[in-house]
Amino acid sequence: MLTKRLIACFDVVNGRVTKAQQFQDNIDVAPAEELAQQLYADQIDEIVFYDIKASAEKRKIDLDTVRRVAHHVFVPFTVGGGIRDVDDMFEVLKAGAEKISVDSMAVRNPEIIRDGAAAFGRQCVVLSTQVKHVGIRDGIPSGYEVFIDGARLATGLDALDWVRRGEDLGAGEIVVNSIDRDGTASGYDLDITRAVADAVNVPVIASGGAGTVDHIADGLTAGGAQAAIISSILYSPRLDRNVGVRELKTGLAERAVPMRPYLD
Amino acid sequence: MISVVDYRAGNAPSVLFALEHLGLPARLVDTADEVAHADRIILPGVGAARATIDSLVEQDLVGALSDRVQGDGVPFLGICIGLQVLFDHSEEGDTDCLGWVPGQVRRFPDTGRVPQIGWNRVRFTREHPLTADAPADGHFYFVNSYYGAPADPADALGLTDYTVEFCSVVARANVVATQFHAEKSGPLGLSLLRAFAAWEPAASEPAC
Repeated sequence: MLTKRLIACFDVVNGRVTKAQQFQDNIDVAPAEELAQQLYADQIDEIVFYDIKASAEKRKIDLDTVRRVAHHVFVPFTVGGGIRDVDDMFEVLKAGAEKISVDSMAVRNPEIIRDGAAAFGRQCVVLSTQVKHVGIRDGIPSGYEVFIDGARLATGLDALDWVRRGEDLGAGEIVVNSIDRDGTASGYDLDITRAVADAVNVPVIASGGAGTVDHIADGLTAGGAQAAIISSILYSPRLDRNVGVRELKTGLAERAVPMRPYLD
Repeated sequence: MISVVDYRAGNAPSVLFALEHLGLPARLVDTADEVAHADRIILPGVGAARATIDSLVEQDLVGALSDRVQGDGVPFLGICIGLQVLFDHSEEGDTDCLGWVPGQVRRFPDTGRVPQIGWNRVRFTREHPLTADAPADGHFYFVNSYYGAPADPADALGLTDYTVEFCSVVARANVVATQFHAEKSGPLGLSLLRAFAAWEPAASEPAC
């Protein structure tokens, strides 16, 4: 059977992985290339790399760092940040990524999803969403609103409306990234994760808040997600104790979550 | 020297990086002339069937690939979309494909999430030099909405379950192909690439 995935998330600034809390106060962790090698050796299932400043700084993605990471990672590698059109996507694929993540740019120009899916296949386009609980109100029937630009700008879009539209346009995966939970190690927002998983038929990835094995297991079971993005638990200096992939997989297997077995 | 076919809809660099990591001599090729002189060919892919075939036609590679693989019988490995385009026809964009392996490419039923994305188990149906170092079943990384259904079950070297049981590895004479991304399947995938680099299809087997 298809197993669930553990995805390590890199928020990259100047070639280095950083760790934020609720999308702010990024602190330095390690060079992206070095951390990628270490996690690949530790049998992470997948790596996603966000050039978190590219979009706000209106510049192209840091292809050199993408390329350096791709040279060491022989598991799937998704890249996002500052992708504006199919030509940008093509450059990132040529740098060694398999999948492209679009987020703020897709809100500004949803056709980028359709264009990317047409050029490279639906499976190549990951729609990442920054969602925040704002309560049910006019235009936000789910109570969750989509934000962009590092959680700074509210869009007025309802989270469920947006992910359904993203799927229709051709997104092959949806990341549900909770702004409220980001970097807090207090668990995924299971309500919105489950609501998105029920709303679309493409794989859904829980993101924001994993601090324990139980949080991850909850996201992959009660949250209905097919994959879990983790970062703090692996390497945040803010946590007293970081946990390796092997221990996480053992813990998930004990909780009956199907995972790719750790190879000795 | 392994020639990795580089076309617009492909992810040739990922495959090249993996081969470099293994210390295997490899290069990217994107012209008919280079393909005509290739002695071992990988056709990678992440794209859609239509975009892939269009790219190959546009770069004038279809004839050269057919001559070299079907005519001369050089070892060939297709990956992901590089497996699907070997068949006669794909439901994706109603696309006529290369027709080297008799069969159709079908979409997964909507009873499961489509695309399939993640690590899934491959059961090998028989012994083959490509999988000599692989466990009888192991996990490999898949990203696909469509799957190849060979007309002759003997062409299926590996089987995987995802709402349906489907052919995840094709082996027919000098042609092998994996639906999963061997270059992105960790150590097991890399061992398969290493085996392909050393593979000498039996002289007794007719060219595909």
